[in-house]
Amino acid sequence: MKIKKLCDDAEVILISCAAAEVIVDPLAKWVFKTPQKDNDAVIRIFEVMKKKGISKIAVIASNTGFGDAGKKQIEELAPKHNLTIVLSETYDKNARDFNDLLNKIKASGAQGIINWSIEPAQSIIPQNMKQLKINIPLFYSHGFGNINYVKAAEGAAEGIIFPCGRLLVADLLPDSNKQKKVLLEYKKQYEAQFKEDASTFGGHAWDALMILVTAIEKSGSVDKYKIREKIETIKDFVGTGGIFNLSPTDHNGLQKDAFEMLIVKNDKFTIYKD
Amino acid sequence: MDFSYYFQYFLSGLTNGSTYIIVAIGFNIIYNSTGIINFAQGEFLMLGAMTTVSYLKFMPLALAIICAVFTTMLIGFLIDLLFIRTLHKPTVLKMIIITIGLSIIIQELALHIWDEKVKTLPYFTGSLDTTIKIFNAYISPQVLWVLGSSIFIIIILNLFFKYSLIGKAMRACAVNKEVARLCGINTKNIISLSFIISSGIGAFAGCVITPLSQVQYNCGTPIAIKGFTVAILGGLGNNNGAIIAGIFLGIIESFSILFLPLAYKEAIATIILLIILICKPSGFLGKKELQSLKEF
Repeated sequence: MKIKKLCDDAEVILISCAAAEVIVDPLAKWVFKTPQKDNDAVIRIFEVMKKKGISKIAVIASNTGFGDAGKKQIEELAPKHNLTIVLSETYDKNARDFNDLLNKIKASGAQGIINWSIEPAQSIIPQNMKQLKINIPLFYSHGFGNINYVKAAEGAAEGIIFPCGRLLVADLLPDSNKQKKVLLEYKKQYEAQFKEDASTFGGHAWDALMILVTAIEKSGSVDKYKIREKIETIKDFVGTGGIFNLSPTDHNGLQKDAFEMLIVKNDKFTIYKD
Repeated sequence: MDFSYYFQYFLSGLTNGSTYIIVAIGFNIIYNSTGIINFAQGEFLMLGAMTTVSYLKFMPLALAIICAVFTTMLIGFLIDLLFIRTLHKPTVLKMIIITIGLSIIIQELALHIWDEKVKTLPYFTGSLDTTIKIFNAYISPQVLWVLGSSIFIIIILNLFFKYSLIGKAMRACAVNKEVARLCGINTKNIISLSFIISSGIGAFAGCVITPLSQVQYNCGTPIAIKGFTVAILGGLGNNNGAIIAGIFLGIIESFSILFLPLAYKEAIATIILLIILICKPSGFLGKKELQSLKEF
């Protein structure tokens, strides 16, 4: 957050690849960001929960910046969506054993669990749940967008639902989807270059760079004042994170539909359908 | 709330507690022969588990564990041979600093050998899905392995210290090193042996808990802190005290979640450690008179 003020004061364009909401809210004239907003992720989870008839939820998060920010958003937004939080806990980011926590959740009467973290905990929690025979739907954050967590859970991750950019399921999208072509192209290039599975995180950087390139092409000069103005006028830009519609009041340009709800099926990510 | 709900906490407390006990006994064995706390004790658990993960590629699980235990024992022996035995004037402070340094070096080496990824071992019996139902509480069969191994280690060690000549010699060393030496006991060899035994049981404990808790290059220190608390709580050097203290700490931690936010769970051991150091530094079963004779 220090760099936000620094760039704004020095009038240097910053297109951030970090997720936090505070980067573009409150708005800074020179600061943009490409990843989807975490409150949109929360809203998408709530929508699925409501369709499943869930009204009482348990929230758990790791003691990291990512976990704290997500937990705060959930606690703020839950009352507006008529959801009751029956249990809210923070666990240590190095925790390896969640039996006690899950036992408490079991007794709390929660109908759904949201876990917000990026740690190996994401693989251990479903394992512990299986052992304790707890069958409560498990929802994760977009921090789960790495297939290695599913592999580490050794089959226990089956059925976990989470919001994520479409990159991970690019080949499963219908051909009518505007993003499909861009995503497949990005995936192909990335995997040829770096010899590893593409993840959403590299996509954010690609989006940032391409937005800048588009703005430079549009303004036909490298004058930073002109480029900054042009970025604000970019509409219908198809990136890996979603379709960007930037404006002077929205420096992210993504809506909640930039997230697709995914589910783990047969140890693979696939698109969640009601 | 019914009985099974509390019973589930009780079982989980017992499992964690028995892990702490094994680590605490590792501390005690070395403390008794050298008078120091071996801060690399947690690393023995990590090494045991990690080497098992590596051996597993070439051999079945049981054999891999046995080989890993012997490998770790060898490392324990080498540590004594290279760093403790060679000291000209071994003071408590010097040796403690050496073990802290060793703990850091072992972690760094493990990071380079096994990288930073979290690894795990297969369940000894059954799989992830296998659970045993006791009074409506569910536990993994691995929990029984942990409990069983702890009891096994404790019984074997007790027999060893009570009836074997070497065990008696180690106890003599613990009581008074000078007099033990006068009786013809080679204290240097006893120290080597204590490093070998405590690294061995540490490695075995590491293997048994890994299917439940997984293993990473830096996972030794947090377990060592818990084990250290238990060792102090039970009275340093006193294995029976460690058993009581381990079960006590494990169960307190488990049940704490009923009253306190989970975030405080890790702090409980430290708080208990502070209270005991201020109020009764000799621990549950430690004797005050004995304590005053020790350097540390």
